[in-house]
Amino acid sequence: MLKPEKTNGNGSPLTAKDYATSQDVRWCPGCGDYSILKQVHTVFAALNVQRENTVFISGIGCSSRYPYYMNTYGIHGIHGRAAAIASGLKTARPDLDVWVVTGDGDSLAIGGNHFIHLLRRNVDITVLLFNNEIYGLTKGQYSPTSPKGKISKSTPFGSVDHPFNPLALALGAEGTFVSRTVDRNPIHLREVLEESRKHKGTSFVEIYQNCNVFNDKAFDMFTNKETKDDTALYLKEGEPLLFGENLTKGIRLDGFTPEIVSLDNGYSADDCWIHDPHDKIKASILTNFFDYGLDYGGLPRPFGVFYKTERYTYEDLMSEQIEHSRAKKSADLDTLLSGGDNYWVVK
Amino acid sequence: MSPKIDESKNEVVILFAGDSGDGIQFTGGQFTETVEIFGHDISTFPNYPADIRAPVGTLSGVSGFQLKFGSVEVFTPGDKYDVLVVMNAAALKVNLDNLKQGGIIIANSAGFDSKNLKIAEYIDDENPLTDHSLDGYDLHAIDITKLTREALKGSELSIKEIDRCKNMFVLGFIYWMFSQTPKNTLKFIAEKFKSKPHIAEANAKALKTGYHFGDTSETFTTRFKLKPAALPKGKYRNINGNEAIALGLAAAANRSNLELFYASYPITPASEILHELSSFKSMGVKAFQAEDEIAAICSAIGASFGGALSATASSGPGIALKSEAMGLAVMLELPLVVVNVQRGGPSTGLPTKTEQSDLFQAVFGRNGEAPIPVLAVASPKDCFRVTYEACRIAIEHMTPVLMLSDGYIAFGAEPWSFPNSKDLKPINPIRKVDGMRNENGAFLPYKRNEELVRPWIIPGTKDLQHRIGGLEKQVETGNVSYDPNNHQIMTDLREEKIRKIANDIPLQELRSGSEDADLLVVGWGSTYGATETAVRELIKEGVNVAHMQIKYIRPFPPNLGELLSKFDKILVPELNKGQLAKLIGQEFQIKVESFTKMKGLPFNVEELKNKIQNILQHAEA
Repeated sequence: MLKPEKTNGNGSPLTAKDYATSQDVRWCPGCGDYSILKQVHTVFAALNVQRENTVFISGIGCSSRYPYYMNTYGIHGIHGRAAAIASGLKTARPDLDVWVVTGDGDSLAIGGNHFIHLLRRNVDITVLLFNNEIYGLTKGQYSPTSPKGKISKSTPFGSVDHPFNPLALALGAEGTFVSRTVDRNPIHLREVLEESRKHKGTSFVEIYQNCNVFNDKAFDMFTNKETKDDTALYLKEGEPLLFGENLTKGIRLDGFTPEIVSLDNGYSADDCWIHDPHDKIKASILTNFFDYGLDYGGLPRPFGVFYKTERYTYEDLMSEQIEHSRAKKSADLDTLLSGGDNYWVVK
Repeated sequence: MSPKIDESKNEVVILFAGDSGDGIQFTGGQFTETVEIFGHDISTFPNYPADIRAPVGTLSGVSGFQLKFGSVEVFTPGDKYDVLVVMNAAALKVNLDNLKQGGIIIANSAGFDSKNLKIAEYIDDENPLTDHSLDGYDLHAIDITKLTREALKGSELSIKEIDRCKNMFVLGFIYWMFSQTPKNTLKFIAEKFKSKPHIAEANAKALKTGYHFGDTSETFTTRFKLKPAALPKGKYRNINGNEAIALGLAAAANRSNLELFYASYPITPASEILHELSSFKSMGVKAFQAEDEIAAICSAIGASFGGALSATASSGPGIALKSEAMGLAVMLELPLVVVNVQRGGPSTGLPTKTEQSDLFQAVFGRNGEAPIPVLAVASPKDCFRVTYEACRIAIEHMTPVLMLSDGYIAFGAEPWSFPNSKDLKPINPIRKVDGMRNENGAFLPYKRNEELVRPWIIPGTKDLQHRIGGLEKQVETGNVSYDPNNHQIMTDLREEKIRKIANDIPLQELRSGSEDADLLVVGWGSTYGATETAVRELIKEGVNVAHMQIKYIRPFPPNLGELLSKFDKILVPELNKGQLAKLIGQEFQIKVESFTKMKGLPFNVEELKNKIQNILQHAEA
């Protein structure tokens, strides 16, 4: 599907391995991060991404080691602050292709504030949030996305915290591109990455990522052969919401309430909800498939682009204001220094 | 009978005080402009109430504008007032203590009616204007409200709008009193209310009426006239500390050919820097109001990685929040200017009051060994030069720099002989160092030049992609390293790099007095004005004393120790519990006497003079 283009400035298109660095990748063997790294390398090669114009910014956590493994510019920042660092960089340098790699602890706990404000400002940055529902680097405490009742090192009797719904949070924070994919579905991962890169504004990509050491199989139900058909719903723009083995089940909207219908039981695909990622209200219902769970008859977990819309970006408006001011009055340091009101002292 | 003109005064301290809504700041600002144009030196300080809109007439709602102007060099807005102008009873009550014995009071008697007296907590409606409690002063109670209303009778303004003109009556009267012309203010009024001619007319009329009132009322037997000051020839403007910082940043960006990125979260008393820079759009300044203090500094770090001259400012509590990110900037070795406009602490403390208690925070307040150069400004106009210098050091030495100002400097204003841009020394970013590619052609982002400075290579530069981060780095390659010896080397390198900056800053000099003085007063920050005034006055009185102002605190100027060693007695006045005294005492193993004050107020000249004389007399005895 993806073929490298042949325009790289110096005549030789880059391959996936040209985006890798000489650093040894230090994630645990079997970590879902490897898959994500590989898909990004592949997508970058396919899209012929310019390494020198690309910057990866991260915070702290397993996912945040990511910039060391990309042969681009990068900053491995401090815990939770990747979104803030990236916002400053992109505002100062709108010409750069800026990516944030973060995790559920980094962006939804300590960095929650920067995360929501990045989405609100709609700075043109792609955010890859590796959600493994656990703190890996600190060796196994529950995270803000761990389900209630989660047994972890810091919750030996089960977590009493209610988890975040990251996509609902992103939508509520005025995100303009809200999506979800999963490490074990590389084709889908690549598709979402490509989509996200096309979007102008903050692209939020939640990636379910398996931590095989501290939270193994947290998303297994969505990827293993036995269960994935019934639990995962892949969203495609303009197409009905179908899932199940051989896509025999669909989602129908009864007013604002989603319900599962069986296609061999009097319903056809035409009766089902047609996915429109530009519809924010429907996107909101989709993000809440997360919470409905078994109370609503076990709605499947959607993957894909839930919502996208065009909105002005922060850095564009700032640049416009500057251009506008410059057009009105010329910039001159001496005029600025002299102020409006000055006077001579003569002797 | 026309009043006699007293020309004996060299300087005069005036306080305008009234309710927040009385236009006090405007009045003070206009008086300042007028006397500046006349050629006086002046130092001003506004004193706003802490509450945004305190209830009318209350003690907490009093707004003040203090100024000292004169025919001599003026370094502070003054200790005690010669003239106290009060618009209501509360303004008198709050400020009377600081009026000189025998000083002039000009009071709007309409502001002393029984309602105002009660709100100002005068017991049993005792009226200070009539009960002879002010007999020791030269009291002039004038019904300014009534006179203004009479003057504007028949205008189409409402009573409320007419009453708003009474500050112009006062200003006109004060112009008369100090033999100043109302011309400049008339021009200003015409310009400001261009679209509202009836408002312009009313204000102008109130101003003129106040001016003529001096002549016609015959209650004043004396007017004052001061000579212009002997300021160096040149073009001047008025500037406060925060404005000067904003200009310093913009100028440094311009002279280093960099874009300025300024990020900050609103905080008293630093917000005005954000306001100023937000208006410098045509200079290409990108001002980013961040969601919090941490985002402010982190976005600045991101912008710095991208090649912008980046800065952030805050006050103590905000600086505390930024400290982790400052450590990151130390590790990344990127240019960054962090300004702390200090206020009273700890915690929220005294947001609108001044203090110098964040020096240790600046020098030591980070986890790990995280050396950062620290500079301190001395006065409002000095903010420009020191900010420019902070930017220069940040860019040319690839380091975050911390600059200390304080609330007193931030809002204090004085005339400034502003520089011509071509006289500002260009600042040169380090774009390459020898051997920054190894034998395989790989880029070494932490390869250093002789000053131990690494190159500033920005994204967009082909084939020099690199990753940097907060983890300890391998020497030269910048790769993550946990090697024990490497950590020792990198820690030493980072310290040595900052230490070497001492070779790139001016030598320490004495501000006043000579090396054989009996006592040296060492100041930093906003104690400058009061100290310089005290020392000059004492020298004039025959006391052998000297003054040194330290602006480079980390690293210290290379000759500082030697210079200090020439004095037997050293006094360090500070608005903290003796932080600089401890720093220099420890660094140079010398004995220093600390003189401290923690009242949210600057030192006044008298208390410094008394302290100095006390020490010297004590030594004789």
